[in-house]
Amino acid sequence: MKNRARLSLRVPAPPTRPGDAPDFSGVKLSGAGDVERPDIDASPRDMSELAFKLIRVLDDKGQALGAWNPKLDPETLRRALRHMLLTRAYDDRMYRAQRQGKTSFYMKCTGEEAVAIAAAYAMDRDDMCFPSYRQQGLLIARGYPLVQMMNQVYSNARDPLKGRQLPIMYSSKEHGFFTISGNLGTQFPQAVGWAMASAYKGDDRIAASWVGDGTTAEGDFHHACNFASVYRAPVILNVVNNQWAISSFAGIAGGNESTFASRGIGYGLPALRVDGNDFLAVYAATQWAAERARSNLGATLIEHYTYRAEGHSTSDDPSRYRPSDDAKAWPLGDPIERLKVHLIAIGEWSEDQQQAAHAEAVEQVKVANKEAEAVGTLGHGELPSIKTMFEDVFKDMPEHLRRQRQQMGV
Amino acid sequence: MPTMNMIQALNSALDVMLTKDPNVLTFGEDVGYFGGVFRVTDGLQKKHGLTRCFDTPIGEAGIVATAIGMGAYGLRPVVEIQFADYIYPAYDQIVSEAARLRYRSAGDFTAPLVIRTPYGGGIFGGQTHSQSPEALFTHVAGLKTVIPSTPYDAKGLLISAIEDDDPVLFLEPKRIYNGPFDGYHDRPVSPWNKFAASDVPEGHYTVPLGKAAVVREGSDVTVLAYGTMVHVALASVADSGLDGEVIDLRTLVPLDIETIVTSVKKTGRCVIVHEATHTSGFGAELSATVQENCFHNLEAPIERVTGWDTPYPHAFEWQYFPGPGRVIEALKRAMEG
Ligand SMILES: Cc1ncc(C[n+]2csc(CCOP(=O)(O)OP(=O)(O)O)c2C)c(N)n1
Ligand SMILES: [Mg+2]
Repeated sequence: MKNRARLSLRVPAPPTRPGDAPDFSGVKLSGAGDVERPDIDASPRDMSELAFKLIRVLDDKGQALGAWNPKLDPETLRRALRHMLLTRAYDDRMYRAQRQGKTSFYMKCTGEEAVAIAAAYAMDRDDMCFPSYRQQGLLIARGYPLVQMMNQVYSNARDPLKGRQLPIMYSSKEHGFFTISGNLGTQFPQAVGWAMASAYKGDDRIAASWVGDGTTAEGDFHHACNFASVYRAPVILNVVNNQWAISSFAGIAGGNESTFASRGIGYGLPALRVDGNDFLAVYAATQWAAERARSNLGATLIEHYTYRAEGHSTSDDPSRYRPSDDAKAWPLGDPIERLKVHLIAIGEWSEDQQQAAHAEAVEQVKVANKEAEAVGTLGHGELPSIKTMFEDVFKDMPEHLRRQRQQMGV
Repeated sequence: MPTMNMIQALNSALDVMLTKDPNVLTFGEDVGYFGGVFRVTDGLQKKHGLTRCFDTPIGEAGIVATAIGMGAYGLRPVVEIQFADYIYPAYDQIVSEAARLRYRSAGDFTAPLVIRTPYGGGIFGGQTHSQSPEALFTHVAGLKTVIPSTPYDAKGLLISAIEDDDPVLFLEPKRIYNGPFDGYHDRPVSPWNKFAASDVPEGHYTVPLGKAAVVREGSDVTVLAYGTMVHVALASVADSGLDGEVIDLRTLVPLDIETIVTSVKKTGRCVIVHEATHTSGFGAELSATVQENCFHNLEAPIERVTGWDTPYPHAFEWQYFPGPGRVIEALKRAMEG
């Protein structure tokens, strides 16, 4: 008999729970500007350490540092800042609408605005996005009308999706925004397929997809990495590590064992790990991956390290499973605040301008919301036509559906 | 006797079994510390420990597959799939593995696991929080499918399912977790504590699998239902003025054919109600079973009231949901036929 302890089952637990003080002492950060930037044709093997570092451009004082600084012009940065402000104002208003009983459900992306907006800025307008439910910023940055988004959230008569989908499950081919699924992760390998099709056709467009830290546990995440690597698909595979999957901390998804970016290494994918609250870093990493993809060099996996500052959705109460002031203690701060500080630091912005921009965003949302509410909210006002309920199940309505529609009396 | 809603009754069943049998453990997404998004496992981790009630990665295939492996070792895992709409990644593990382990190994290996999952609509959950996928599982040889409609049955059936030596899919009608919604969506739903079926013993008891319940006796027409639709059927019968006999199937596989046949032979008429889509729904199986066994007793064509053959549309919850209006019409047709 060997002198060994008996086996025991390990179940990971987060360092803090409600009632504890927030503790991010385990978080290891690279300094801004410290991480090297490989050439876009570098071999994934030679850059594997990037999966364990953190690409950061903005330091605590708002200085942009290092090889990853994308050196964007101030006008672009101001536009991006406004888009982030607009996204946040939109989220706040729609969250309130749900609380007022005007719709059934809502999900915010508060604290994660840079992830989607910077990607939209770094990609071409024709590139195709396969988002999860937390990249509403893509639509906003691509100029999709707010009022359309609201019509969808309200399932009213002008809802482009005819009242069929849960709020926030937008779809717009025109804006390169794939129809959102409620089933986690399904879009990840689909994006790879879209990218393979683009390569097959000799197109120059690329695809991108986003999943959360929790969703990396689904098989679809692994199918995406494998197919993307095997076929060298022109796709950017983004993991938005906001450290929570509803009530489960990222350790339950395996985040304690290795970084999410490092999942790419085993598949032979270049893997970048980025400060997700740093607009410039997200922009730079996305641009690097886009450039690589467009040069026929294949896919990149990017982990965006961020923090889900609010509840998972309107059905969630995070104070039941994490310290209530966690988000404030998160060392990488808030993406809007950080871009603002940078613009002020380089003399291209002021607190007054920030306040005015914020007020403008709120006003823009208010105006759009008035228009949407005037059409209708869930179950009130002008609703989509019930007749449409049986459409689009198939291209042509088969006889049995025609009969069911008659039975329903419409 | 304590009064419990369906969530508390399910929680109590798990608590009783975790206490009684060290081989029982329960896990799933958000099941551990938080106690499940519907709170069914609330407090169980605290009481029974981290290794007996825990959170899992978001991988339904992994959840079911590891439960099968544990079952093969000799444990009795009870896993939660957060919504039935998210069970599909686990479909291969359920259909090809859990359901066939016993058969293909000639009894050498078995998978005595329970897969709990909330299902059904009526909550404005859109197409990915409203589905009723029972027929995708009743079609599978080697899998038992159970659906309770009251807190009392929920606890007794779940305990039976955990003690059963075969894999059991345990579908929980989430619309009636807190009270028996009867399909009249513009009326308030009374909480379970207003109903006798919320008197739930604290300790161990079972409700046998494979046994239906006649929840209302009657002589005019037999109504076959399960889950939320049992309450819709009861309300519809009451408002139709007919003397309907309502049967709560409780277990779809194995089906209590005897109770169904006895009733239809008595009434000569049969209405089947389910929320799932029409084509190849479990109603088709029920209709065929009734026809095979009661052909000479039938006075009218068998009626099926079901969801439409479309995905569950968010804005049209009540047009989609087969409520009392449609059930009463079907009852009347069955009487005229
Ligand atoms: C296949 C599937 N399983 C479970 C769910 C339920 N669910 C919805 S969101 C969520 C957590 C996702 O966490 P993460 O991937 O980290 O994304 P985040 O919400 O943090 O953006 C879960 C478990 C689902 N929608 N689909
Ligand atoms: Mg997450």
